[in-house]
Amino acid sequence: MALQALVFYLFAFVAVASGVMVVTSRNPVHSVLFLILAFFNAAGLFVLMGAEFLAMILVVVYVGAVAVLFLFVVMMLDINFVELRQGFARYLPVGALIGLVLLAELVLIAGVWTFAPDVTASAAAPIPEGVTNTEALGQVIYTQYVLAFQAAGMVLLVAMIGAIVLTLRHRPDVKRQSIDKQNLRRPEDVVEIVKVTRGGGV
Amino acid sequence: MEFIDTYVIPGAIIVAQILALVVPLLVAVAYLTYFERKVIGAIQLRKGPNVVGPFGLFQPFADALKLLSKETILPAGANKIIFLLAPMLTFVLSLIAWAVIPFDEGMVIADINVGVLYLFAISSLGVYGVIMSGWASNSKYAFLGALRSAAQMVSYEVSIGFVIITVLLCVGSLNLTDIVEAQKTVWFAIPLLPMFVVFFISALAETNRAPFDLPEGESELVAGYFVEYSSMSFALFFLGEYANMILMSGITCVLFLGGWLPPFDIAPFNWVPGPIWFILKISLVLFVFLWVRATFPRYRYDQLMRLGWKIFLPLSLFWVVVTAGVLVAFDWVP
Repeated sequence: MALQALVFYLFAFVAVASGVMVVTSRNPVHSVLFLILAFFNAAGLFVLMGAEFLAMILVVVYVGAVAVLFLFVVMMLDINFVELRQGFARYLPVGALIGLVLLAELVLIAGVWTFAPDVTASAAAPIPEGVTNTEALGQVIYTQYVLAFQAAGMVLLVAMIGAIVLTLRHRPDVKRQSIDKQNLRRPEDVVEIVKVTRGGGV
Repeated sequence: MEFIDTYVIPGAIIVAQILALVVPLLVAVAYLTYFERKVIGAIQLRKGPNVVGPFGLFQPFADALKLLSKETILPAGANKIIFLLAPMLTFVLSLIAWAVIPFDEGMVIADINVGVLYLFAISSLGVYGVIMSGWASNSKYAFLGALRSAAQMVSYEVSIGFVIITVLLCVGSLNLTDIVEAQKTVWFAIPLLPMFVVFFISALAETNRAPFDLPEGESELVAGYFVEYSSMSFALFFLGEYANMILMSGITCVLFLGGWLPPFDIAPFNWVPGPIWFILKISLVLFVFLWVRATFPRYRYDQLMRLGWKIFLPLSLFWVVVTAGVLVAFDWVP
């Protein structure tokens, strides 16, 4: 158990420290890299709780896909560090307000346990013996809450189609390649073999 | 005393297991470079390396010594920490995935329930070594190579994910040992042949190998994302790339070619121990990797993206649906 506690504090400390670094580091690319470190440590904490499936999915989805896109965008930006710091004082009140609201919510969540002790009964329960993580999650998502799951999928699909519709436009002045045309080209149609007579030219 | 029993001895056993895996793996990486040069030499009617040692067998060590004795260069505009971190990350990621690969029944360092997802997670992280090195080098060529590579690896991961789902549907478990055990009657390469082909081609793209080695496209990008690297930092990228090739071959064997199982469970075949079969199968897949490199010209970049998104993705999605349908219709769901 001592080892588990040690590993927990290691993961937790690195997660919090890298979270702080995400907000404080000057270079946005460093921020994204610290964000990735934070995701990793969160995955480690999931493994310690026995939620191995969630840990792996966290790494696959957030680190493997979402953070890559973040990094892509941030790397392409032409960042002016002086300009970046100018807005600091202006946006400070708004940022502080959002921070306060989030803090209040966290305190409320923890406080609920003391106001109404019976809520803890409905909190996350460890999975029963003999059922793997994956199976337990599958039971919940695809059997118990299948309609809600389908609805969530539909909402995401609509959002994706909406984003495509908003950004896709065919500009007539841009030359495009037609892959079908390229594949249908045969040597007979485009190559002509000529027997050149000496001194005559083609 | 209790402390030694609970922590020191298991810790020592784990370290010994890791060493027993990593040291042969690094030797295998060294000899994969030799194998590659010999195979491509034979295909191109040359001899390949034949000067250092008998049949040129010491060539990999000569190359390693040469790289070690070179000067490590840090470009003036580079972001130093990330520049040095990137090759280490690539190398470490190519090694830690081996923790879950089973060499025989019970011969695995960590027999975890979500083995396939672990492999998928680790292989999706490989892109970071590339992006970080390309950005930190502060060089146009390295940056362009990194962007190409990132787009390529992310695109092909999607179809690899669907291929893995079809295999999982046939097995009913995410554990790699269970996946191999499920292939006792027939290797998945036979019923899932189209998925096997898609997986192999995606593996080529995922490891940035020819004909999809656009990130390194030497004719246009010099050497892609590691153009600014020299000496040991370059060697780490190189070792990582080859270790990844062996890893992808290993995953192909576990998912489709029956892992450590013999081709037929009859007399002369099942005398050979499982790990030998596994290594033979990995060597066969690696040979195909090299064969492809010597045979096909490089893809154009737009063709590569089109293949990933417009051909492999719909095809693998279609096969997920077909496999699920067949399994349910014949009541074969495990």
